[in-house]
Amino acid sequence: MKRNIFLSIGISAVILLMPFLLSLVLGNEGLSTKLTARNLAPSLQHWFGTDWLGRDMLTRTVKGLTLSIGVGLIAATISGLIAAALGLMAATLGQWVDRAVTWLIDLCLSVPHLVLLLLISFVLGGGTKGVIVAVALSHWPSLARLMRAEILALKSSQYVLISKQMGRSSWWIATRHMLPHLLPQFIVGTLLLFPHAILHEAAITFLGMGLSPHQPAIGIILSESMKYLSTGMWWLALFPGLCLFLIVRAFDRLARNLVKLITPESIRQRGGDSR
Amino acid sequence: MHITRLLIIGLVKLVLLLAAVSIITFVLMSISPIDPVQAYIGADMLRVGEEQRAAIAVYWGLDQPPWGRFLHWVNAILHGDFGTSMIYREPVLDFIGERFAHSIVLLLISWSLSGIIGFAAGSIAAMKQGSWLDRIIQWYCYALSSTPTFWAGLLLLIIFTVWLPIFPVGLAVPAGVNAQDVSLLDRLYHLILPACTLSLIGISNIALHTREKLIEVLDSDYVRFARAQGEHGFTLWRRHGLRNILLPAITLQFASFSELFGGVVLIEQVFSYPGLGQAVVEASTKGDVPLLMGIVIFSALFVFVGNGIAEWLYRLVDPRIKEGYEREA
Amino acid sequence: MTLLNISNLSISFTMYDRWLRKSIQPTISDLSLSIEAGEIIAVVGASGSGKSLLAHAILGLLPSNASVSGEISYQGKPLTSHTIAKLRGHEIALIPQSVNYLDPLMKVGKQVENAVRVGEPKKVRESIFRSFSLPQHTANRYPFQLSGGMARRTLVATAAVSGAKLLIADEPTPGLHDAVVQETLVTLKRLAAEGAGILFITHDLAAAVQISSKVAVLNEGRLVDLAPASSFTEDGLQLQHPYTRALWLSLPQHQFTEARVVDY
Repeated sequence: MKRNIFLSIGISAVILLMPFLLSLVLGNEGLSTKLTARNLAPSLQHWFGTDWLGRDMLTRTVKGLTLSIGVGLIAATISGLIAAALGLMAATLGQWVDRAVTWLIDLCLSVPHLVLLLLISFVLGGGTKGVIVAVALSHWPSLARLMRAEILALKSSQYVLISKQMGRSSWWIATRHMLPHLLPQFIVGTLLLFPHAILHEAAITFLGMGLSPHQPAIGIILSESMKYLSTGMWWLALFPGLCLFLIVRAFDRLARNLVKLITPESIRQRGGDSR
Repeated sequence: MHITRLLIIGLVKLVLLLAAVSIITFVLMSISPIDPVQAYIGADMLRVGEEQRAAIAVYWGLDQPPWGRFLHWVNAILHGDFGTSMIYREPVLDFIGERFAHSIVLLLISWSLSGIIGFAAGSIAAMKQGSWLDRIIQWYCYALSSTPTFWAGLLLLIIFTVWLPIFPVGLAVPAGVNAQDVSLLDRLYHLILPACTLSLIGISNIALHTREKLIEVLDSDYVRFARAQGEHGFTLWRRHGLRNILLPAITLQFASFSELFGGVVLIEQVFSYPGLGQAVVEASTKGDVPLLMGIVIFSALFVFVGNGIAEWLYRLVDPRIKEGYEREA
Repeated sequence: MTLLNISNLSISFTMYDRWLRKSIQPTISDLSLSIEAGEIIAVVGASGSGKSLLAHAILGLLPSNASVSGEISYQGKPLTSHTIAKLRGHEIALIPQSVNYLDPLMKVGKQVENAVRVGEPKKVRESIFRSFSLPQHTANRYPFQLSGGMARRTLVATAAVSGAKLLIADEPTPGLHDAVVQETLVTLKRLAAEGAGILFITHDLAAAVQISSKVAVLNEGRLVDLAPASSFTEDGLQLQHPYTRALWLSLPQHQFTEARVVDY
């Protein structure tokens, strides 16, 4: 079973690196307008077909993926850090801070996620900056809750209390006892944010509030493809979305497999936990 | 606890929540780079003279410092005046009502469908744990949760309106037809595809959750005993499984109003369905401040209602809580 | 007639540790015993000696990471997972340990009725409640509302209404009042007199000796002794195996002799 998990992680890693490799290999020429090659269905020369401006869809898709992954990673990482910081503050700085942070978490979760994203990116005037900040500011609540709960549990656990009694400094306790537990949780929690961040970035861009239309973001590609649907150019929508799906799925799988490796209690011994 | 007391507490929480959301939204709007006057006037900018602009500014309290503006706005809200939508030229509250009436049908149908299908799928997966059926259902759910909602919508749109021209490409009613002449059948016809799409996407959460809960139940001592008594299959599920997983499932469904709304926003965009979801997108992209604020507050109310019902259900239905039993840890 | 025959039963579990290292934990090794109709055989041992596993093994309810070797046969025919699935609740029934084994969201009356295999459920339930001195209104209670004695009687009732020929009593007297213990033992004795074979799994050696004809002693998964109940005299001198004797003598009601820790 261990072998299977490592294999799965390997495959996920390869999938996630593909867009970047392909992007290097293909270069930028597919992005330029080529009026002689407009509206071509998928073929050997253009695996994903071309669009109404003759641009190669494979190149556009690959570039879009690198953008989405990049934006998603940055936003998710920032989100993770915010979550860790706030979770830590809530759990260690006393009751009032805890109440304030908990209230803030509840507030952020009280509005539908997408609406919150739209609101924040609207306030920031849209664009790349808007998307990154919006995604970063809306994904931290759940993780913060988790971190807060973990730290609180650890604080009152046996060995921490004993260490305190033995006179160990808070710093020592924090680094020797708490960190080994918290760090894996934090890493995994942040990793699990990636797929969501990427999906939400694509959604916001699709709705028109995200990355600028000049960049081949997946959301843009898909929203533009809507105009050409009735003309039957199905490849404009199928491939970019499919690739996005595969990338998100790869991230998801990666995170879940790491969870399996790091926390033995999550392994179930009954038949068939297929992931 | 007395029901009236609980209700009052709930209402207080709601008021506090809406107040907080309103304040924060207002603050965000104030610091945004959008020119409020321009936002209110919009495309008519050029046609509007200086005095008119000044008048609008005064009307909205824009010449006053932020606190003044805020109080002015709160005053308006408490009188039920949420402002006028810049894009649609209608009072915001009325407009939200209209659009929500459209969305609610979509929401209700997909919410119910996804709940039922998800519950069934999760149950089957758990009862047949380890089998091919279980694996397929799990795979489908995990795949679904990685699927961009709007992409799935686009695919279904292509398949069912272009390749197999069964359904209309979008909108809620046939284009170019008078409102009175639109029949119920027409409305249903336009609803089917978006509703189905939204349902299909919404099942993964509840299916996986039901599966996990049912597996837990199936692993419990009392199910082991029921098995020892010879119970199996559908009877086992009906007698012991159903009772113990129905409540968590329904509660989860009610608590998922937040995701549901998000889904509706994307689906309405793909299918050009004139509901609240499409409205919020329009409001954001075109800078319609009053409309956007109104919808944000309304959506908070929507989510609150869902969560509130979820909490209430537990109190009302679980006999252990009913009879005042303290659950062993 | 031999109801149940167990030969060389061994059970072990496969576990996965951190970083997915596999380890195999043996729990029961090479167990053999048999039960006749109308006979009560006790299986006694300390906690962790594998007693409950035996019950689950016979009923075919072990978790999937368990591996089993050896043979179990019922009425002369081998007990496969297929056949046990049919016999459970009909000819072989379990008397569980506690109300945790009852569905917490279902009234106990209904749960007893669900276990009835012959006759009209409601009537059978009413009659068994009468014969166990359970007030009829108990049927409307939920498991968590039952007192110790009522719970005990209800649990035995679920097995009794099934009309099973082989009863497996898994720790039927965990930490209960003497009065309740005695009552339970009397009920089991009565069921055996009516023709059922009973596998009495317990840690309570004194109770075991009271009603069983033979006592099987388990130590760390191994059957170390199968002594007739009659050899459990006050001074324990008729007990052959040193572990059994030590176990018997260490009971509070006897000399409270300290058992020396020797590897048996």
